[in-house]
Amino acid sequence: MRISKSPWLLHYDGSSCNGCDIEVLAATTPRFDVERFGIINTGNPKHADIFLCTGGVNSQNQDVIRQIYDQMPDPKVVLACGICACDGGIFKDCYNILGGTDTVIPVDVYVPGCAVRPEALIDGVVKALKLLDEKADKMKRGEYRSMTSAEYAEALKIKGQLAEAADTEEKDA
Amino acid sequence: MTVFSTAAVIIYLVFSPLIACLFSGVDRVVTARMQGRRGPKLMQPWYDLVKLFSKESTSVNDIQKILVMAHCFFAIFSGAIFFSGEDVLLVLFALTMAEVFLILAAYSVNAAYSELGAQRELLQMMAYEPMTLLTAVGFYLSTGSFKVEDIIGTDLPLIIKMPGFFIGFFFIMIVKLRKSPFDLSTSHHAHQELIKGLTGDLSGPVYGFSELAELYEEVLMLGIAALFFITSDPISYLWALIAIAVIMFCMSLIDNIFPRVKWEVLLKTAWLVTIFAGGANLVILSLLRK
Ligand code: SF4
Repeated sequence: MRISKSPWLLHYDGSSCNGCDIEVLAATTPRFDVERFGIINTGNPKHADIFLCTGGVNSQNQDVIRQIYDQMPDPKVVLACGICACDGGIFKDCYNILGGTDTVIPVDVYVPGCAVRPEALIDGVVKALKLLDEKADKMKRGEYRSMTSAEYAEALKIKGQLAEAADTEEKDA
Repeated sequence: MTVFSTAAVIIYLVFSPLIACLFSGVDRVVTARMQGRRGPKLMQPWYDLVKLFSKESTSVNDIQKILVMAHCFFAIFSGAIFFSGEDVLLVLFALTMAEVFLILAAYSVNAAYSELGAQRELLQMMAYEPMTLLTAVGFYLSTGSFKVEDIIGTDLPLIIKMPGFFIGFFFIMIVKLRKSPFDLSTSHHAHQELIKGLTGDLSGPVYGFSELAELYEEVLMLGIAALFFITSDPISYLWALIAIAVIMFCMSLIDNIFPRVKWEVLLKTAWLVTIFAGGANLVILSLLRK
């Protein structure tokens, strides 16, 4: 049996304007009814398979997002919902905004839109389900473990250093 | 143990999870239809259960795992006693024991929501335990025995002698099967207050075991409800099945009509129902016995 038959979802509101959150909730109403795919909005990271993040990451909630992510048991996927969650969006230049969700945790699916439409959201979740199955299969074979947020931060740091080195090399040349 | 009771226990042990999943699946679809939605697939609870066992195994501490296993074991055990036709009192005490293990598991993790959930579970137990015990007493008064095999050996369905007990038992079943009120210690509703409370810090297979225990418990509770309808006549089993279907439907209906009942209301009404419905019936039964 595939794990995608029972995806439980956790919705976290970063620094969203609440536009995207309303759309997320709209997806659970009779018109869109995500429960037909077996999706439950759990509200508990320890029970969740899909982490749905709306809004950008700010300096106060970055640790919250990391903690939620780390508490979720494998296999798990992360969905960035709305353009704010993808890269900071309209709030990108604010003094307190660090950027999209992927500034603190690895993101699997980016769902654009301001606000994200429930249809797009459901599309994104369906994409995420395929990934979830793949991860579950790999996990069964013992080939996969998702990155912790600390490992991800380390990887980002190395990537930044590499980019910097490349920059200076270019300048020198 | 007769051949009949052995078969009943084996069927209970093997098929309970499937049967209970089917029941809750129907319940979820019916609930969805009441709300104008299509709802999940019929066997959705089964998919959920299997998924939980395939997740990564993480637990906050080692004792939590053991306690949840003990909870699951006692839940299954109490059902096995029931279906083997033994003492109802023993069944109820074993069930309480199972409950206590789950509460201990919640306390052991030392987390805010788990602790709050555990406290609320204790309050809930205080609200419904008197009625469960009273029901057992009712069975004794009307049949002269606590044994399940004697209780189902009567000529008239017990509901005729014990309508008050039945109302009381139905009332606590809504709570015990975690339907209503919405801010229970843990419930399946997304809009619940305590973020799963009691089971909030269980994850993956450990949570799976607590879900499994709940499925066995559901079958047991429905079994006790069926005692009100089963007589020595084999046809009565059919009536009991119909009664269970009606009971399940009524529970969904009540849950959907009163989605915002709080636990304070439960505490106040549970004892009132126990005293008035159960108590009055008890007095009448004991007068009849004299
Ligand atoms: S993407 Fe648009 S609607 Fe969504 S949180 Fe950002 S600003 Fe609000």
